[in-house]
Amino acid sequence: MMRRSTQSKATVAAAAALLALTACTTDQSIENPPAATEGGEAAATEEAGATPAPEGGDEWFDQAEYDQQFEQRSASFEGDPEQPWTQYIDGEMTATAEFAADEPQKVCFSNASISNPWRQTGWITMNEQLKVLQDSGVISEMETRDAQDDDNTQIADIDYFIAEGGCDAFIISPNSTAALTPAVERACETGKPVVVFDRGVETDCATTFIHPIGGFAWGIDSANFLVDNLQEGDKVVALRILPGVDVLEQRWAAAEKIFEENGIEATDYFTGADPTEIKKIISDELATGDVQGVWMDAGDGAVAAIEAFEDAGADYPVMTGEDEMSYLRKWEDTGLTGIAPVYSNFQWRTPLLALERIFAGEEIPAEWVLPQEPITEDQRAGYLADNEGMPDGHYAKFGGEDLPGYPEVWRERIIP
Amino acid sequence: MSAAVTDRSAVLQQNRAPWHERALRALRTPGGAVFVLLVVLLLAAIAVNPSFGEPGSLIRFVGRTAPIAIAAIGQYFVIVSGEFDLSMGSVVTAQVFVAGNLIGQDDSRTVPVLVLMLVLGALVGLVNGLVTTLLKVPSFIVTLGTMLALLGLVLYWTGGAATGNPADSFRQIGRGGVQDVPVLEVLPYPVVLVTVIAAAAFWLMRRPYGRTLIAVGDNPRAAALTGARVWWVRTRAFMLSSLAATVAGIILVGYAGVHPSVGRGYEFTAITAVVLGGVVLGGGRGWVLSAAAGAFALETLFALLNFLGVQSTWRDTVQGVIIILAVAAGTQTWRRRRRGRTAPAQAPKHVIAAQPAPGSDQEGT
Amino acid sequence: MNAFSRLTSTHIVYLVVLLTFVAGTVLVGAAGRSFVSAGNISAVLTGTSVLGFIAIGQTLVILVGSLDLSVPYVVSLASLLSAGIMANQPGNILPGVAAALLVSAGIGLVNGLVVSGLKVHGFIATLGTGLIVSGYLATNYKGSAGQTPVAFRLVGATGIGPVPVSTLIMLACAGAVLLMLTRTRLGHHMYAVGGDIRVARMSGIQTGTPIVAAHVICSLMAGLAGLLLAARLGVGSPTIGAQGGYDLLSIAAVVLGGTLLSGGKGSLVGTLGGVLIFAMIDNIMSVMQINPFLKDVVRGIVIVVAVAVYARRRVARRATRFGHHEHVRNEQEVSA
Repeated sequence: MMRRSTQSKATVAAAAALLALTACTTDQSIENPPAATEGGEAAATEEAGATPAPEGGDEWFDQAEYDQQFEQRSASFEGDPEQPWTQYIDGEMTATAEFAADEPQKVCFSNASISNPWRQTGWITMNEQLKVLQDSGVISEMETRDAQDDDNTQIADIDYFIAEGGCDAFIISPNSTAALTPAVERACETGKPVVVFDRGVETDCATTFIHPIGGFAWGIDSANFLVDNLQEGDKVVALRILPGVDVLEQRWAAAEKIFEENGIEATDYFTGADPTEIKKIISDELATGDVQGVWMDAGDGAVAAIEAFEDAGADYPVMTGEDEMSYLRKWEDTGLTGIAPVYSNFQWRTPLLALERIFAGEEIPAEWVLPQEPITEDQRAGYLADNEGMPDGHYAKFGGEDLPGYPEVWRERIIP
Repeated sequence: MSAAVTDRSAVLQQNRAPWHERALRALRTPGGAVFVLLVVLLLAAIAVNPSFGEPGSLIRFVGRTAPIAIAAIGQYFVIVSGEFDLSMGSVVTAQVFVAGNLIGQDDSRTVPVLVLMLVLGALVGLVNGLVTTLLKVPSFIVTLGTMLALLGLVLYWTGGAATGNPADSFRQIGRGGVQDVPVLEVLPYPVVLVTVIAAAAFWLMRRPYGRTLIAVGDNPRAAALTGARVWWVRTRAFMLSSLAATVAGIILVGYAGVHPSVGRGYEFTAITAVVLGGVVLGGGRGWVLSAAAGAFALETLFALLNFLGVQSTWRDTVQGVIIILAVAAGTQTWRRRRRGRTAPAQAPKHVIAAQPAPGSDQEGT
Repeated sequence: MNAFSRLTSTHIVYLVVLLTFVAGTVLVGAAGRSFVSAGNISAVLTGTSVLGFIAIGQTLVILVGSLDLSVPYVVSLASLLSAGIMANQPGNILPGVAAALLVSAGIGLVNGLVVSGLKVHGFIATLGTGLIVSGYLATNYKGSAGQTPVAFRLVGATGIGPVPVSTLIMLACAGAVLLMLTRTRLGHHMYAVGGDIRVARMSGIQTGTPIVAAHVICSLMAGLAGLLLAARLGVGSPTIGAQGGYDLLSIAAVVLGGTLLSGGKGSLVGTLGGVLIFAMIDNIMSVMQINPFLKDVVRGIVIVVAVAVYARRRVARRATRFGHHEHVRNEQEVSA
């Protein structure tokens, strides 16, 4: 009987392999170009065929990229500082005259997900921006498919748009960098404008790639703040959401390097952004010794971390959080020494505004690097006042104050 | 000691034995072994990190484990009746959001919203139970459906993030405690809650309802023949489970605050804890306090791994190995004990692999 | 009610498929699209491939009375192993495929042995192995790795007309497994073991073999799903299995296809119907641009309502057959 079962298993495997092989040789060729070479600006840190990383390796660290982002933090930005979502660092421009259009255009948006408060806030802002452009006759409609955090679904979504969407332009917010590259390339091959934002892909075929300065800049801003406010030998607990996401890994790669260089003892944990986990981790750390600083790769669990110090009766640490309202409020209430690094949420407006320029035939930056400035203690009061009444999961630098639904849409968190 | 032995003829004889013999015998059951495991893990944790053994830190540890222990007690009722409750995590998250959005900073709403949350919890359990028992849908599927639908509704309602943490008076339930207690300094309210709930559960399992529940899990047909209303017994188990998840949510919103990821994975953690406590998936075997002890053992294990500085990415692996080993050991014990007795008709009970755990009253066409 | 009772559950599954199809044609049509255009059919079928592979395996595991919660991690591991070994070299395709399938089968073997040998409930056994693999993945892979060569990626991107090659491979696997279930002794033993392990044992069946075989095939299928994902993504990904939520979704698809969760009764053809229902519903909801949170609500309700319909039929049917099977039923009740 055992032999029989082995046979049937072998049959299945053989049949599958055979089919796979014939499929490769007989079918009409659907264009599927070889993966882009390295060096697309987008966080292309992996070598093709990379072997599993050694434990605790720093394969996410990229000195050139680090240096570039270090410089960009103090670069001068083109455009109106009152509208940071339209600002960019001077660089190579893409000509878009071929896309100029008189009629309102249909936009297709493939979104990775709206599964965290940061993406939800941005998605609300994007829809308000859409209303403005619909009223001004630039965009007729935006069709959105949400991949619910699944690469495979997002690839299918993009292919669906190409085949069925009747799209005049694509906006893609990739769920992950390498996996979405072929699908983005297929979108590029339609000859329609393609706007990629937030996480990047390993190709520069898109008309523009919009993103804030990046993960290394976040790591530099936050880690340097801790170094400046702590002493050599102090202990920092690093709270990270999950491994393997490039924008998050780069934040930690930069911070880890800076901590090492400055003799700060840092221990990192993955929390899944769950405040329960965060509180347990901090409690355990405080049970084993003093903690002078807390570093976070995203700020929406910062309040739980601070409360863990309160509950343990320990002195407040030096904190890095994010521009999420819950942290800004707790930061003010406690008066602790802190900083709010920012991953500019207003970037959700920019893709539609980029399309407005593209449809007008104006040239736009090939890589649209948006400003990314942390909120310091001096600026905090201003941002708290501007965002009075917003929910805790709202992001202070959402940049939608001039849009029609302000402030109710964000206050009520109305998600289309 | 274990509730599972109560229906055996040997019970009488066992009960006449001296207490220490009875205790030793109980420790050799899976439901008793978890206490040994717990003590070993605690001692190991204290050896690695002596400050963990101070009364103050121990009681805080009990406090923070309270929500998962309460969830495990709730899950126990469902599992011992032969079903699953996968909706637990979503109930926790939903209740956390309800507290955050409806109470807000208004202290006067604390009590009404608390009542509302309990009603909501009972309602979810009622729906789970009635669809499982009356519509004959396997509870695995029913509660999977509730899990998806409830979380989706709450996220839709709140736009994915709650307005903010509820008033501090409400959060005190999970965060505060009785001050100036001798030795302990503080007695966290969650410790009080978990003690009360464990005592109540212990009492309930000795009541006719508890005995019927185990009988229903062991053999629903036989239980029905003796006049038990199987559907209502099971439905109440689902309500107890959802209520336990509600209480866990109330504690967690105080302990951790409002966030969409509070409660995520709670169903699997609770089931793991229950099974680690020697409770048999498929129903009819296990002791409620062992389920709670399973939760404490699991959390102590995590704390120990933290103290040992095990790379956080390896923790899943360690947890997986321990679950399999513990349950395998437990199953082998049940089998040996069973073989030592008579009742061959009971033998298939322990061939867990093929045991129709969920929807076990649906086989036969 | 009588006519309803006479239908097998597979008939009902395909009635639901038909119903969903009609609903899709109407709703998608109302949104100004075509549900039956080549592009849309291709999209729906693509949606069936990955889940289809996993659901085929899950069907066997559920038939023998177990469960497999480790599939997402097997999927991820297979995608990483294959993409890592292939490293964009067409010559490495076969070694990559072989290694991925071998390791997957190995995990299935462990699952099967723990379930049948150590008598650990499938839920816990596979939850445990899943956690073990998940820890390995998180420790050793910090993001996507490897690269699949173009020749291999064609599997994920090619279609014959509107039918993706991946779907054809999935259907071929389903055919092979179906043959195994209906024509071989192993297949019959799977039903027997899942129906009543005690009766199966007394009739001389080595009950361990079907259980182990079901777990091995299930993990192999998950490995194939991982290979397909590696082809579609072009890289291996440590989270791709968890992203799809394939553990619970595949179980739901199997039950949606009319298979009894308690084992012993069910059909692979029904499972394919269940997968198709999910794919069509997802497709319809995406075209209608339904709020992603509400999508989960719809999925949850559909699963419960559909299974409630099957259960009603079984209740209705049980009465008529009661006399014939009373003896067997009593034995089963004792074992329950």
